[in-house]
Formats: sequence, structure tokens, C-alpha cells
Amino acid sequence: MKLVIIAGPPSAGKTSLTKQIVKAFHPDLKIAYLKIDVVKAYEDIELQKEFQVLTKKIYSGDLCPDHAEVMVMGEAIQWAENNHADLFIVESAGLCLRCSPYLNQGLGIVVLSSIAGIHAPEKMGAMVALADIAVVTKIDLVSQAEREVLIQKIKDVHPGIILLETNALQGTSLNRLYELIKNSPPIDQKTLMLKGNPPLGTCTICVGKKEIGWKYHFGIVKKLDGLAAEYLYRGE
Amino acid sequence: MIKELTILPGKDKNANRENFDQITIQAGETISIVGPTGSGKTAFITDIELLAQGDTATKRRILINGKIPREEVRYDPAQKPIAMITQNTKCFADLSVEDFLSVHARARKIRSKKIINDTIELANKFTGEKIKPHYKVTVLSGGQTRSLLIADALLIGAAPIILLDEIENAGIFKQEVIEIIQNTSKIIIFVTHDPVIALLTKKRLIMGTGAVKKILCQNESETGAAQNLLELDRKMGVIRENLRAGFEITNELLNVSFA
Repeated sequence: MKLVIIAGPPSAGKTSLTKQIVKAFHPDLKIAYLKIDVVKAYEDIELQKEFQVLTKKIYSGDLCPDHAEVMVMGEAIQWAENNHADLFIVESAGLCLRCSPYLNQGLGIVVLSSIAGIHAPEKMGAMVALADIAVVTKIDLVSQAEREVLIQKIKDVHPGIILLETNALQGTSLNRLYELIKNSPPIDQKTLMLKGNPPLGTCTICVGKKEIGWKYHFGIVKKLDGLAAEYLYRGE
Repeated sequence: MIKELTILPGKDKNANRENFDQITIQAGETISIVGPTGSGKTAFITDIELLAQGDTATKRRILINGKIPREEVRYDPAQKPIAMITQNTKCFADLSVEDFLSVHARARKIRSKKIINDTIELANKFTGEKIKPHYKVTVLSGGQTRSLLIADALLIGAAPIILLDEIENAGIFKQEVIEIIQNTSKIIIFVTHDPVIALLTKKRLIMGTGAVKKILCQNESETGAAQNLLELDRKMGVIRENLRAGFEITNELLNVSFA
């Protein structure tokens, strides 16, 4: 089974791209699709209706979406394999930009909109830096020069990334992406790992302590004024 | 070296195959694309810009010198032999004019620093209100943005194939643009509603329902008509600039302009 993980900010065009990928491979490959989101997601229903592919969604709830992915991915892959899927597409919400959802196998695709702002690639950190492929969407809305300026900014963050530009609604010039998916080797669940490094630790707020004031808390916490001598706060 | 550009037929909006075997454009040729709005003019030049290989809505395929271009040519701006001036009159990048141009020059692998000022200087020939290097591109007017993007395409894009989408829009000085790009060895394709531009090009492609319907070559009486229209257009220009500058149109002015 091949694996494709798609990440990117809300409204970048992840689902439009997913639909184009599904259109390109369905029904030659049996496709399973997992959507990870925080509050609300309809993409699974849309895809199910439009293409009758196998879909599932999970709300990360109290976990961050990338953390949720790490937790459920084992079962999710098992689910896809039990259903004899040839291609498993995971669409992540990827919100805080600290981590990235890509694994050490399969393809990691970051989706960026042409109009997201010129500093977006730098701000998105690991989501761009650890992706295999960047797909720039909505290219019909900007000039060629501006597209090339954005591409250069993405290359500054990740010189080796494979860059593609598309109007994802029409699925323009995505042949190369389909070739890359076609040629990506099957995954081996036993050696599947998160590609990036997770955060160093968690904080007491994250584990649910509600008390106010420094003395109740410990972990990796920065003070508001930034003057704290020790970055690593160990509690008082 | 780009000797020729070939367009292989795609499908119209009703999925019928286009009625031509191939369209070949030689280096040095100028072409105009005409037709009603929604007839597929922009889609046609976008196919060329993307070097489409059957993977756009039209399913057209584009060859360079008779061959399918290599992947790097399609995806690396530094290798792309095509500069396109789109209809956009807005830039979203939160950058100053000089930073925008210098990042674009870097994308096109141009080392010269001089190109930044040259581009701004050229842009200022097309627009009434001058653009300054420290201006943010986001605050430029529609006409200023287009002027900058045209100058950028000519000097930084500096490609052997130039595609221009409705250059007559946004109140820029189109004659100056046409003068600069004509008589080069470039392939120049205009999408246009402007009869002057349409009659000045050697060939015209007529679009309808997303397909190329007809290909016409400029005939002799059209060359004459083009010269007359050009003169008329110049006169219109004089009046337009006088109006824009806040002058009243007097009989004298009309006599000078329309004598």
C-alpha cells in the first residue's frame, strides 16, 4: 500500500488536490482516505459521495492534530490494509506549525496557496522543510512573476523540495505529481516513524493543571516578559 | 535556442476535438488571440505558459522545437523560456518593489544588481504616476502593478517567448510596450480585444467555446488599416493624456491632433 500525507493551512486547497489525486487513480487503485481535523470536517463525506472511496475521519479534540495522527496512524493503516487499499491518503489539519505530520515513508505533500502571503513558507517551518513535494495552488489568481517569487521563497526554506504549481479546482499540470505517487514504494508498517522531531516536552497546562501562578507549574514554559533566565522552567 | 513552438489540439468546452492538426509559431512571429470573453483565450496562453502535456482542462500539448520539453524546463523558473503578463492588477506579496524584483531575479538566476533599477525605470515608461523602489508592491495601483509586471517580464523574465494577456487594460501606455517588443527574434502572443494590436500581428487565432476556430494571416489591406488605426490611437492617446492631466480640450488641440 502506498501512503500520501497531505498537509497545509486551512483553505490552501488540500481537499481540492486530494480530489484530483483520487480522480487520477480511482478506480485503478483502491483508495482509502483519512481526514484528521480539530473541530469540524466534511471532506470525508464529500469524497465518499463523489467517488465512493473508503473514508474515515478523526477529530483530534484535546490533542494537537499531528499528535493525534501519531496515535491513530497504526490503527488507520491497519484499517486501510484490511480493506485492501492500494493507496492511503491522509489529510492533516496541521495547525500549530511546530510539527509536521509526514512519516519516514510514503510521500509528504505540503499545499500552499499562491495568495497565502510571501512569508508563509518561512512561517510554516517543518510543514515545508520536511515535505517531499510542495504544491502551490490558486495560480490563476496571481501573476507569473509573483508565482515565481513564492517558489523562490519555498526553495529558500527547502532547496531540495519538488515544486509543482496548479489550479487545483481544474487539476492543472499535475501529471508529475501522479508519476511521483505511482512510483512511490509501498510502506512497511513495522518501520514507520514520524519524520520530524516532536516537541521536547509538554507543559502542565497541556496535562490539565488549572491553578494560576508559576508555583503550580513546570515544564518548558516561557515567561511573558521573556526575561526568564532559564528557558527550561522546572517549577517553584 | 527556441526555433519554434507547436500547439497540438485539445478539446473544446463540449469535449469535441479542436479542428486543426497543429499550430506552429516560428521565432520572430507575432500572433494575436481574439474572440469573445469566455471563449478560451486566456486558457490558450496559460497552456503555453504551463507547457501543458494533456494535463490541463483543454488537454492541449505544447512542444518546443518539435519536442516535449524536459521536466526541469516545465518546473524551474530559471529554465522556463516563457514570460507571461497576466491580467492581474494586484500583487499579494508583502515586499517592496525592489525586494520583489530581486527575489524574482534570484528565481530566474540573474546575478546583476542593475536589473532592479532598469526594471523600475522601464516600468515608469508605461505608467503615469512613477513607481519608487521602496514602495510596497501591495499598494501599487492597477496600472502601476501591470507596468511593473510587464517590465519585469521583459527584463527579468527576459524569455524568448512572451505572452501578453490584454495588455490594453489598466490605462498603461500600450504603444510604448508594443514598440519595445516588436522586431525582436521573440515569439510574441497577444490576447487582445484591441483592433490595433490584432491587426498589427502577422497571424490571428480566433477562439470560440474554448477552441481555436480559425487561423487568419494578416492581409495587405489590414496592414494599411492597422497604420490608420495606429494614427487614430495615437490621437486618442493625446486627448486621453490631456484629460488625465486636467487640461480642457480646445479646438486648437483638436486641430493639432486630428489635422
